[in-house]
Amino acid sequence: MNARIIAALVRRHTILYSRNAPRVVELFFWPTMDLLVWGFVTTYLLKVRTGAPPAITFLLGAMIFWDILYRAQQGVTISYLEEVWSRNLLNIFVAPVKLSEFIAATYVVGMIKVLVIVSVLTGMAFCFYSFNLLSLGLALIPLFANLLLLGWSMGLMTTALLLRWGQAAEALAWAIPFAIQPISAVFYPVSILPPWIQPLALLLPSTHVFEGMRQVLKGEGLSTEHLCWAFGLNIFYALLAAWLFQTMFQEARKKGRLTRMLS
Amino acid sequence: MGEIVVQISNLKKEFDGTVAVAGISFAVERGETVGILGPNGAGKTSTIQMLLGLLSPTSGTVSIFGQDLDSKRVQILKRCNFSSAYINLPYNLKVWENLLIFAELYQVKEPRKKAAELLEMFEIAHLKDKITGQLSSGEATRVNLCKALLNDPELLLLDEPTASLDPDIADKVRKLLRQIQREKRITLINTSHNMKDVQEVCDRILFLYKGKILAEGTPDEILHRFEETSLEEVFIRIARSGDLLSQEAK
Ligand SMILES: Nc1ncnc2c1ncn2[C@@H]1O[C@H](COP(=O)(O)OP(=O)(O)O)[C@@H](O)[C@H]1O
Ligand SMILES: [Mg+2]
Repeated sequence: MNARIIAALVRRHTILYSRNAPRVVELFFWPTMDLLVWGFVTTYLLKVRTGAPPAITFLLGAMIFWDILYRAQQGVTISYLEEVWSRNLLNIFVAPVKLSEFIAATYVVGMIKVLVIVSVLTGMAFCFYSFNLLSLGLALIPLFANLLLLGWSMGLMTTALLLRWGQAAEALAWAIPFAIQPISAVFYPVSILPPWIQPLALLLPSTHVFEGMRQVLKGEGLSTEHLCWAFGLNIFYALLAAWLFQTMFQEARKKGRLTRMLS
Repeated sequence: MGEIVVQISNLKKEFDGTVAVAGISFAVERGETVGILGPNGAGKTSTIQMLLGLLSPTSGTVSIFGQDLDSKRVQILKRCNFSSAYINLPYNLKVWENLLIFAELYQVKEPRKKAAELLEMFEIAHLKDKITGQLSSGEATRVNLCKALLNDPELLLLDEPTASLDPDIADKVRKLLRQIQREKRITLINTSHNMKDVQEVCDRILFLYKGKILAEGTPDEILHRFEETSLEEVFIRIARSGDLLSQEAK
């Protein structure tokens, strides 16, 4: 992989965002609205139920964590769609750019978006609701890394599906992460889920991250078990995503989809 | 005989039953300009895309610079470039930004110098800071051609390069392309259903009809063979009675 090529592919997106106000507003709008809603819900719950455990603040942490996953997936998928929308995809694929470099660039764009949004959300949560995400301490790093990894893999899988079904499937780009939200135990512990779903939930790295986050906020410390499961599963999903993308790309070359997508 | 740059053997492409390219073979020498001519649906775009590895052949092989395209694609693409009326550079970026980004993708030694030189050559230096999406189609085509020449390609593939241009700009672009091609001895393969493109720019023509090469030769040879006075008439004859002609060819 060539860093110069990846940097050039990334710059195309950073220039775009630096100039495009609607895109930037869009980037911040939903997470900010989410944060406000969950923030007030938390405030309300703490007020009406004086006996409510301070654990309620989990909700804000969960919301911000969810956004790491969601924005990473979006960052990857939208970077690809951006090339389709501007009919630039062929220019890139006839340049000496390896698929791995193209994907790496979308991952970097995803990571930049996540870092920017999460910093803003963390700041707002602290200012408005006195919730300090940084109180997670060093555990924040592996938890963050695992969510980012899963977001990347989901973004790549979504891109593979877009390669297969074209623009007709664009709605998928926005919907796919929500397909795993209910069983990822984002806003509640896994134990709340029906027993038969629990093993399924534990096959998602995200579930282990959210369980781990609650452990840490409760002061129990992050268990190595959750951490190992999260990393292990993430490696599996990363390979699965790479395989799926590679397969769909080869198929797109066979069926002439790379070019049809443009007309 | 000169050095062979492109060698295609029995290249075939089928899309679920439709035969787009029906097993064609040809070779292109260094510095040659070849026009692939033919009516809509003849298989011109499919052929060009197989030369770029954007489309994988159903059967047959493509070798470029003596290397197999399938296994050496990235190395080969470093020395090639492509432009088409149907693709664009990112519309929200400035012309200059786009050219610099593509110069990086092609790992051009002095990106700024090269981009400036090309803009000058196409007489569009004044468009440097314009947003690409706001260019007229004539301007956009010339910017696309600048992108296509950034890496001093040895092999340049153009799919209907003048399709969206008015006759005046099309004429200018053709002359310029011809001049650059000669100066740099670029091997050029260019598809078109525009006779002028082919007559003015190409040394050799491949007439494609329903995925087959119906006729091949210099413009003069083709005129002679069909006993016509203009390629346009040859084209119309092939488009209207190609099936008959392909029978005769056998
Ligand atoms: N991706 C595709 N899927 C299905 N059929 C295709 C595809 N691309 C081209 N074709 C068909 O193959 C034939 C040749 O198309 P094309 O190569 O685009 O011709 P040309 O560029 O000469 O107009 C046409 O019949 C076209 O409909
Ligand atoms: Mg075509």
